[in-house]
Amino acid sequence: MIMAKIYVNGDAQQVSLPLNVTALIKQLLIESPEMVSVQVNEEFAEREDWDSIQLKEGDKVDFLYFMGGGAILVES
Amino acid sequence: MIDFTEEQIQRYSRHILLKDVGVEGQEKIMNARVLVVGAGGLGAPVSLYLAAAGIGRIGIIDADVVDLSNLQRQVIHFTRDVGRPKVESAKEKIQAINPDVEVDTYHEFLYSGNALDIISQYDFIVDGTDNFPVKFLINDACVMAGKPFSHGGILRFQGQTFTHLPGTACYRCFFKEPPPAGAVPTCSQAGVLGAIAGMLGTIQAAETLKYFTGVGELLTNRLLSFDAKTMQFRTIHVRQRPSCPVCGSQPTITELIDYEQAACDLKKH
Repeated sequence: MIMAKIYVNGDAQQVSLPLNVTALIKQLLIESPEMVSVQVNEEFAEREDWDSIQLKEGDKVDFLYFMGGGAILVES
Repeated sequence: MIDFTEEQIQRYSRHILLKDVGVEGQEKIMNARVLVVGAGGLGAPVSLYLAAAGIGRIGIIDADVVDLSNLQRQVIHFTRDVGRPKVESAKEKIQAINPDVEVDTYHEFLYSGNALDIISQYDFIVDGTDNFPVKFLINDACVMAGKPFSHGGILRFQGQTFTHLPGTACYRCFFKEPPPAGAVPTCSQAGVLGAIAGMLGTIQAAETLKYFTGVGELLTNRLLSFDAKTMQFRTIHVRQRPSCPVCGSQPTITELIDYEQAACDLKKH
């Protein structure tokens, strides 16, 4: 088994290769994956490419989540 | 060139003393027009600091009235304001802090029909809304009108923000479309530590002032996120997405969209 160090949201993690983005999301138990936006090495990874993007040593993967906040313009 | 009065020199002396701001920077601040969308958790600190800084004209749009549950974080509203339109309450405080500031109030929703008209009257837009349909609307309208804006989001103990200038990553570069209604909780459902709104709102106010004075580097092509539980701040570098549906090379969104609002966010009875 080949081990590699990748950075997930800035934190180093050991993972075993081969590993694609979809598999990483499953492995990390990411909540609501249909809502997350993914960057690999500071490039946005289109959802349809998640299966084909193979991660390698040193890769940086960032998960971006929706966050609301502030005023609720429609609540009275 | 504005002739500063003695009083203004005194009021803004701590800005004027800053080598990067000075009299010239202060003058730029005083000539600036800023639209704050939402007079809530983020809009409150943003408006207070922009008023104190002497922004020439502040527009505030919010259709809401002050509720007792707002006061835990929306520091521009006081207990006596419960039941008043938020825009009126905010205007009163802004002018009490700084009578130099002109305030435009819009006691209405921002939607596809008024967004471009309102936004076009300002130089910089601050997103202080809680709901995703309006966040996307602000983004699209600002991209279409070529206006810079500050995005802000808070939830529970976390916050995130970035600044958009024409030609840099926009909200749709990060997220192509709003989450399905109800899929992502808002503060009204999930809660938020009141001071988080202050932390994020003051970052947005600082970005606004940096924009007008040209000081430093804006949060463009960078998403700043923090978790107050650990007080860790992190900046994620992002790039404009060439396939972005609104700011990409071949935009597919050319008109403003009013997305469905989550049912649980709709008017309470």
